[in-house]
Amino acid sequence: MATSTRAARTPRPAGTLSAWEGMARQYDYWLTVLKRTWRGGLVSSFLTPLLYVVAMGVLLGGFIEGDPDRLEGATSYLAFVVPGLVASHAMTIAVSESTYPVMGAIKWHKTFYAQLATPLAVRDLVNAFIAFVMFRVAASCAVFMLVLAPFGVFATWWGPVLAWLAQLLVGFAFATLVFAYSARLRSEEGFGLLFRLGVIPLTLFSGAFFPIGNLGPVLEWLARLTPLWHGVSLSRMLCVGQVDWALAALHVVVLAVLTVVGWLLAVHNLDKRLEM
Amino acid sequence: MISARGLRKSFGDFEAVKGIDVDVRKGEAFGFLGPNGAGKSSTMRMIAAVSPVSGGELRILGMDPATDGPAIRGRLGVCPQEDTLDNELNVFDNLYIYGRYFGIDRATCRQRAEELLEFAQITDKAKAKVEDLSGGMKRRLTIARSLINRPDLLLLDEPTTGLDPQARHVLWDQLFRLKQAGVTLVITTHYMDEAEQLCDRLVVMDKGVIAAEGSPRELIDAHSTREVAELRFGVGEHEALAAKVEDLGERVEVLPDRLLVYSDHGEDVVTAVIERGLQPVATLVRRSTLEDVFLRLTGRSLAD
Repeated sequence: MATSTRAARTPRPAGTLSAWEGMARQYDYWLTVLKRTWRGGLVSSFLTPLLYVVAMGVLLGGFIEGDPDRLEGATSYLAFVVPGLVASHAMTIAVSESTYPVMGAIKWHKTFYAQLATPLAVRDLVNAFIAFVMFRVAASCAVFMLVLAPFGVFATWWGPVLAWLAQLLVGFAFATLVFAYSARLRSEEGFGLLFRLGVIPLTLFSGAFFPIGNLGPVLEWLARLTPLWHGVSLSRMLCVGQVDWALAALHVVVLAVLTVVGWLLAVHNLDKRLEM
Repeated sequence: MISARGLRKSFGDFEAVKGIDVDVRKGEAFGFLGPNGAGKSSTMRMIAAVSPVSGGELRILGMDPATDGPAIRGRLGVCPQEDTLDNELNVFDNLYIYGRYFGIDRATCRQRAEELLEFAQITDKAKAKVEDLSGGMKRRLTIARSLINRPDLLLLDEPTTGLDPQARHVLWDQLFRLKQAGVTLVITTHYMDEAEQLCDRLVVMDKGVIAAEGSPRELIDAHSTREVAELRFGVGEHEALAAKVEDLGERVEVLPDRLLVYSDHGEDVVTAVIERGLQPVATLVRRSTLEDVFLRLTGRSLAD
């Protein structure tokens, strides 16, 4: 008995697809979604963030003294605000792509039900969905960072590359957590709540626009607990080139753990929701 | 193809399927006939390996849906009661994209999609949006989509509900052709004419249990007479008149708008009724149908 193999104890269900195969089979579907939606995404993904950079970084930033001691090592307000803006942009895209589209696939278009009648499993649906969201996040953040590169806001060439990966982590954490939330939601009113009480306060108070030290001790600690702060702080230290590697590791761990928890919840909640 | 023993499905305290035994053989068209809420769709979803079994045993294509769901679903075609076509894709893409989910390569998907458009008689609508199709076309597209993986077993949940008579006949013709081609069909319906037309064998379901099983002919022979005389009297008179014709047939059913007298010789019943001086507003003699079987078995009509 003791010699029974691991495989014998946990047999893989017949026909279960590998994670990769499960996603690959949905590639053509998501390609059609992309073809249908990319134009609409142009404005929110690329134009809006650049307007923020001009208004906040350049115009508002013109009134702010570029003191590295008070701006977490950044030599100008523009260099301070850009890494935070891109990180919070990653969150915004991840959230908006994991709210209404998830509800639509459950309630309005019933895409998930149709997909589940095939060999695809709930896990495969979540994976492909998140992969698509992350494609949007990755493309949008990459363009954002490339456009800003000539403005001298980055200290090193490798910093922004790592910062981009940090922004992807922000996207992963929010995409999975918000997917889990949306999968449980019966009516879209819950999204208004999420944006008003979640996304907007996080954008404003997670250190994207000003150092969280300005918040006072209590609110500062509250800000430190938010996932976005971890992303903003990581993105910024990599861009300005003053990396506290221990803190950076903590940021990565927090965002990675949130992603794993979010993914597990997303699969669990969607499974419960679609159960017949 | 399908074997169920004591199969159950409950949702919280509500038991939708209360222990049924079913066997479906290769190549036959098998039906679940019953009114809405009989437990047909719940049974169908368990067979489709998307709804977990609450109790009893279920084997589909020799496999257990609890562990081998993906393998089972890969060999099934499913036409759900509620269309789950993707309104944002055009007609062709609905077929093509669906085929990709089964791991069918792109060229084969494209070729099969073309063939199925032809089969469903919607080739000229290939590039149209789904929402521009008529109800009958949508249903034919759903059936076409369920055939993209060349299934061994095709599940059709209320395939013609909501369709006009002409669209129903087109659909029945297509299901006939599939049956001829050797596809095993499992159909749920609350239309007795549909069950009679399409099914080799069926079970009558009511309130989560199986009330009877057999071919349409066997069921009618076992549970009804050869003919039925329908007698229509004035409103409210039927209950009182039932006693006066009771002895003319094997059995009398009182419906709100008519009396049904079951006898092997319907015309004789009508003649006798008139000889007794009763004056029905209208009479009709017809052969027994599955509707009569259902009425006999449950005391209710299918439309209830």
